[in-house]
Amino acid sequence: MSEFLEYSLLGLLSGGVMALIALSFVLIYKGTGVVNFAVGEVMMLGAYIYYAGAVTFGLPPWVAFALALGVIGVLAIAIERAVLRPLSGQPAVAVLMATIGMASIVHGGVEAVWGGDTLSPPTLLPRTPLLLGEVLIPGTVLGNFAVAAVLIGGFLAFFRYSKTGIALRATASDPVTAATLGININYAQRLTWLLSGLVGTFAGVLIASSAGLSPLLASAALSVFAAIILGGLDSILGAIVASLLIGWVESVSAGYLGGKSRDVVPYVVVLAILVVKPYGMFGTRTIERL
Amino acid sequence: MRTGVFHENFASEERLWDSPTSRVWMAAFVLSLFTLPLWGSDYVLAMACIVGIHVIAALGLNLTTGNAGLISLSHGAFIGVGCYTVAWLGKQGVPFYIALPVAGFVAAFLGVIVGLPSLRVKGLYLAIATLAAHFILSFVFREWDAVTGGVSGTSIPRANLFGFELIGDRRNFYLIFICAFAMAVAARNLARTRIGRAFVAVRDRDISAEILGVHLLRTKLTAFAIGAFYAGVAGGLLGYFYGSITPDYFVLTLSVFYLAAVIVGGLGTVLGSVLGAVFMTFVPEGLRLLASVSSHAFPGVAGLLLPMGQVVFGLLIIVFLIFEPHGLAAIWARMRRTFHLWPFRT
Repeated sequence: MSEFLEYSLLGLLSGGVMALIALSFVLIYKGTGVVNFAVGEVMMLGAYIYYAGAVTFGLPPWVAFALALGVIGVLAIAIERAVLRPLSGQPAVAVLMATIGMASIVHGGVEAVWGGDTLSPPTLLPRTPLLLGEVLIPGTVLGNFAVAAVLIGGFLAFFRYSKTGIALRATASDPVTAATLGININYAQRLTWLLSGLVGTFAGVLIASSAGLSPLLASAALSVFAAIILGGLDSILGAIVASLLIGWVESVSAGYLGGKSRDVVPYVVVLAILVVKPYGMFGTRTIERL
Repeated sequence: MRTGVFHENFASEERLWDSPTSRVWMAAFVLSLFTLPLWGSDYVLAMACIVGIHVIAALGLNLTTGNAGLISLSHGAFIGVGCYTVAWLGKQGVPFYIALPVAGFVAAFLGVIVGLPSLRVKGLYLAIATLAAHFILSFVFREWDAVTGGVSGTSIPRANLFGFELIGDRRNFYLIFICAFAMAVAARNLARTRIGRAFVAVRDRDISAEILGVHLLRTKLTAFAIGAFYAGVAGGLLGYFYGSITPDYFVLTLSVFYLAAVIVGGLGTVLGSVLGAVFMTFVPEGLRLLASVSSHAFPGVAGLLLPMGQVVFGLLIIVFLIFEPHGLAAIWARMRRTFHLWPFRT
């Protein structure tokens, strides 16, 4: 029983960070209607900049982290302006491929600069483990979960209560009406990309500082697809619930069926969901007209 | 429209190569292609074989994605399915002229299964469904040791035509290019049948297409099946060409490579598939050439080759999407028009 409890807890906690990555996807999909395949790469780049700041330039970790956030923020805005804006109104495959192209550029650039080896950036959070009865929780896992929870809570509050957040939601649900009501859509979409980039950087730095940093980090984002499909591509709440669920399923299945099943179980879940419930648990059903 | 060509009946207008000039050029192209093994160097032949395989796979993806508008990220995995099918059948002693179509049909069958979610979802949701299918298939490639040989891979017995072994690039060349040529013509012809027009209708507006009497599910599944069939055949040829294969070849990057080839070449045209496949095969080669030339000046350049290849690959995709969304095929068409109308300007 305690074994099951341990797997479950670890899974739920790692689901917290996954929820951050999922949030990064969902923000962009909701705000601009783009599935951003470059989320993993942006996350990875953020972590590498953090590494460069903290290790290569010897800055204190918190300053390096702020530097990473700043650089990714500027980059996200630049990408939105240079690549996504000209492609607005193009078919889905074009925009999808553009994000894959960006992913490829960032991936290649990172490998050219830092190489493919695993680096270990300094941790932001304390490493002291926590003992709950018989279950040992590593400190970084717990810390990551706490940061993710605070951040997600902050985002939910931002979208619910702040004026900017409400404007973003309005733009997401109906850009034309939002524009009529005086919301600057270009600004809203730029802000969406910026927020998504920042959330991705948070996730990247958290993962990198607890599990090491290599270009493989980018592929961590791909398994998040399971979560966002389960939750519904355009639901923030769905992304969070589903991330916790998928984190749990991954951890428990890896515990009982062996580590290899981690590679495939989330995707089997995705396919099953898509056939049974195509818009996920919380996603909006689209009604089409001619 | 070429000046000086007059169609007097529908049949002449419907022809694939509708003017004497284009027929002559096409014949010259085919002739020079099929005599390539007589005068080409080993390097040229090996590259030509790879290009031929890429062309077949790109043709298939272009039918699914370009003509029918269904984004598929599992194309690389279908190629793997074809390759492993050929490997397994070859070990059972099945000759290649049976194994190759069977590889296509096995891939097509899997394509139908992967395409099933397209009944319910479309666009980006479908892209993610095919992504999931890709990961499941590549898991199978790594783990099903009995058929795929697991992580260490498997070998493929040489193709054998009544005792004549298709060994080496020169003999495989004909196998690959006869398939490539036949499948290119088939794709071109498919586009002007009822099925091909249904693809385009579904791509442009699926609800309207359904109202016009196009059976949506059947059309979408056909698009997936035909695309996967091409991938399966390409995978089979790949197996015969390389002789052995590991699951590392069929990673997500391969699917993305074909999507990029189709976009750079031009969505929805056979010419686009061919040009895109040729172009995308030669870009890494060109980079390698550049690196070997400049290796005296910059000694560390060889290590940067792979990452820089990725950067160039991404840049190409984005530049083409933004500045030439119809791809190389549109550039080609523009050049042709300039020559047709010369000395007049368009």
